Amino acid sequence: MTQSAQAAMAGAPLLDGTPGVIADWSSDQSAFKKTPWGKVMMWIFLLSDTFIFTCFLIAYGTVRMSTTIPWPNSSEVFALNIGGNHIPLLLIAIMTFVLITSSGTMALAVNFGYRKNRMATFWLLLVTALLGATFVGMQAFEWTKLIVDEGVRPWGNPMGAPQFGAIFFMVTGFHGTHVSIGVIFLFIMAFKVLRGKMEREEPGFMTGRKQDYGMIEIMGLYWHFVDLVWVFIFAFFYLW
Amino acid sequence: MTSTEGQQHPLGIYFKIWILLFILSGFSYMVDYYQFEGYLRWFLIIVFMMLKAGLIVAVFMHMLWERMALVYTIIVPPLLLLVFLGIGTLEGDHTYLTRAIFFGGAE
Repeated sequence: MTQSAQAAMAGAPLLDGTPGVIADWSSDQSAFKKTPWGKVMMWIFLLSDTFIFTCFLIAYGTVRMSTTIPWPNSSEVFALNIGGNHIPLLLIAIMTFVLITSSGTMALAVNFGYRKNRMATFWLLLVTALLGATFVGMQAFEWTKLIVDEGVRPWGNPMGAPQFGAIFFMVTGFHGTHVSIGVIFLFIMAFKVLRGKMEREEPGFMTGRKQDYGMIEIMGLYWHFVDLVWVFIFAFFYLW
Repeated sequence: MTSTEGQQHPLGIYFKIWILLFILSGFSYMVDYYQFEGYLRWFLIIVFMMLKAGLIVAVFMHMLWERMALVYTIIVPPLLLLVFLGIGTLEGDHTYLTRAIFFGGAE
């Protein structure tokens, strides 16, 4: 810290109580230079979400390692019969490709947003949202198949270790919730772009702050994170 | 706050990473399709997983171009989770062992 900055701080009276807490915490310099605060906050949120999902996956690993009953073979449980052909893990593979495709369209939406190409951004966001909705739909199909046809319950299943159902519904359910929330916000964002809210920098209906195309990048961070989590779920839950 | 510092990059890099992610996902699926087993399976699963995760974070989430202060803030804390993962593994193995003794009737 420079001498003049120290002198300036020494001159400021310190507040007590709650205003003091707020003043103290907000008195520091910005640590993340030239990075919009919204983006930093999204990253901090994603960091905390990383911890939540990792806790789930570690819990899953611990439970799976400690059970003495054989774990159901995920390759078989999630197989599909198409035209008489038995293809292992097909549904999950398609879901993976749908999510990666949506990640690509999201990245392009962010790019076209910064180019101020309103219609391209709108269509790419809309496609991303629809792909996300497709993913949720396929997950609903997968859950239905498991619950209705195969009798998987959170407390037991006919294929093996009873913990399988609990972990499966917990982890994929939590991920699916993230995707669903993402889809809702993608639709909201797409129509904000279409109406030209970012171009005119109109205040947002909830925050009242000026809106810009940086919002699309922050939305993109969330959406890519959802894809990122799926990469880990796919590896540990479906491929193990 | 000055105006937003946007992440603006040529479109080509997104398409390249997109294609790479497709190929890597294909490889991941092949691990199961061809029923690789044992350490080879684990090695391939982890390698493809880390490559995909790295590409998504570095390029799609623009970590490659962010300032080091932000990169460290986000990347370093999750490394602690590896310790947690180790503890979980020890605990899981221990529980398995005690269950094997109790239910299996081993001495």
